[in-house]
Amino acid sequence: MTEIWHGLTKAIGLIISLDPEVTEIAGRSLMISLTSTLLTSLICLPLGSLIHFKQFPGKRLVISLIQTFFGIPTVAIGLFVFILFSRAGPLGGLNLLFTPAVMVLGQMILITPLLLGLTIAALSGVDKVIPDTARSLGASGFQMTIIVLREARFAVMATVIMGFGRAISEVGIALIVGGNIRGFTRVITTAISLETAKGDLELSLALGIILIFIALIVNILLNRLQPR
Amino acid sequence: MPLIETVNLCQNSDGRDILKNVSLKVDRGEVFALIGPTGAGKTTLLRLIDLLDLPTSGKIYFDGSDVFESGKRKLEARRRMAFVLQKPVVFNMSVYDNIAYGLKLRRVDKGSIRQKVGRILEMVGLSTYQNRNARTLSGGEVQRVAIARAIVSEPDVLLLDEPTANLDPVSTAKIEQLITDIIRRDDTTIIMATHDMSQGQRLADRVGVLLDGEIRQTGGFQDIFTAPGSREVADFVGVENIIDGVIASNDDKVVTIDIGDNVIAAISDYAVGEKVYACIRPEDVTLALSRISSSARNSFSAKITRVVSRGQLSRIEMDCGFPLVALITKRSTEELNLAATREVYAIFKATGVHVIKRKSD
Repeated sequence: MTEIWHGLTKAIGLIISLDPEVTEIAGRSLMISLTSTLLTSLICLPLGSLIHFKQFPGKRLVISLIQTFFGIPTVAIGLFVFILFSRAGPLGGLNLLFTPAVMVLGQMILITPLLLGLTIAALSGVDKVIPDTARSLGASGFQMTIIVLREARFAVMATVIMGFGRAISEVGIALIVGGNIRGFTRVITTAISLETAKGDLELSLALGIILIFIALIVNILLNRLQPR
Repeated sequence: MPLIETVNLCQNSDGRDILKNVSLKVDRGEVFALIGPTGAGKTTLLRLIDLLDLPTSGKIYFDGSDVFESGKRKLEARRRMAFVLQKPVVFNMSVYDNIAYGLKLRRVDKGSIRQKVGRILEMVGLSTYQNRNARTLSGGEVQRVAIARAIVSEPDVLLLDEPTANLDPVSTAKIEQLITDIIRRDDTTIIMATHDMSQGQRLADRVGVLLDGEIRQTGGFQDIFTAPGSREVADFVGVENIIDGVIASNDDKVVTIDIGDNVIAAISDYAVGEKVYACIRPEDVTLALSRISSSARNSFSAKITRVVSRGQLSRIEMDCGFPLVALITKRSTEELNLAATREVYAIFKATGVHVIKRKSD
């Protein structure tokens, strides 16, 4: 018990003193996950809108498939991306394995189903008369999509934030395709798993507290977005 | 050249024909009312005219050109129209931004937007609400925002779908006044759907009766009201006395109609033997306590079966060997002491009988 208390106080010390290693790892985590969330949003908001507004055969099946992948294990994606980018893999020539870029890619694959599915759900929540109203006032298909996304803005923002939450807290992909290389691909989650295994509880706890703190901020943002 | 013309529009949904061969012409500056009961296809037709949906078959010409030629043509045509949907919704933004929306879509410059929105806000009486979120408005106010939002872009055609459905009488009066203002101020062409015939009468130049997805009759309100073209139209416009009969004689258009035990005199072109309906509006039936000699060709002894008062008027239901309804003032009812089981004479003129051909089936 004293050991834990000891570790906790030292961890808080590390955060307050802005320990270079802690800030560097946390900063990288934020960078990678923000990048992957931003890029995925740029793809999934338009694509989700397209799926929502277009009528096509097999639409229900597509949506079911998307929802099926909401909870896909991160290690499965890690393994898939690893095979893809390993020396002998189809994209091995790009030499991207164990770089932040491939970690971003892995996280993008991870949160794509979530962002697509929740975007579709967000748009479905908008009154069906809104798209008709927009078009009757002269909106083109694109302008109509924009106003419906705007009407669903709280749900859409919540979608993006949930995507970010899933990206920054995952460990499977970061570990398998990032490799936890110190000063290059080490992020909060991989650092915690390694340092804990090594018995260095102080750093693990410090990073864990930061992760929880990030989760807290994400939650506060989500709550603030609830329309009053 | 009509501004809007539909040719044989058909709409089929889930194997059900919602519209059947609807051909309509509406001229520039005209106020046209589509009247018909709920479910007749009024909304479907308006949605097709506004190019929100594609018809199963048929064509729509806007200002002389076929709108389904290209997507671009469709958007251009739609931008010259504005449609106030039956269930108006406002965007989750200020009243001002709601009204400015259509102008922003058309890339109107900011200065003009401010000027136009300001003018419309005044017209609909919502100037003081311009910065309020439109979601906080009442039903009548939302409808005013919806109309303002539609007319601010100065459309050539304004489509209104049941503009006063679900509104209280005060709000209804305000909306009707607003529509009257629009009609008077601009020469906007208006097509409005309503199930309220009196509203159609108050606002429209011309009326089309839509029943079961078909336009059954178009014309001036008075024409349709006094001379409905079919039994269904007569039923819808509230002609209560519709009696089956056969033309028994025709003496230079003065006909007698055999209705079984009785004969009704009327004016008609139909030849002897033609199966017809004799339609008599309750307002045109006079009641007397004794057989009086008058110029009216039709006089029947009748027994009152029921008296229902509606405001200043009384509805007298009678049995003359056939059922007949008369509408007379409450005062007359009291003076003549009319009540159930009382024997009276029901009198109406031959010219008050409208004769409709029965479909041979």
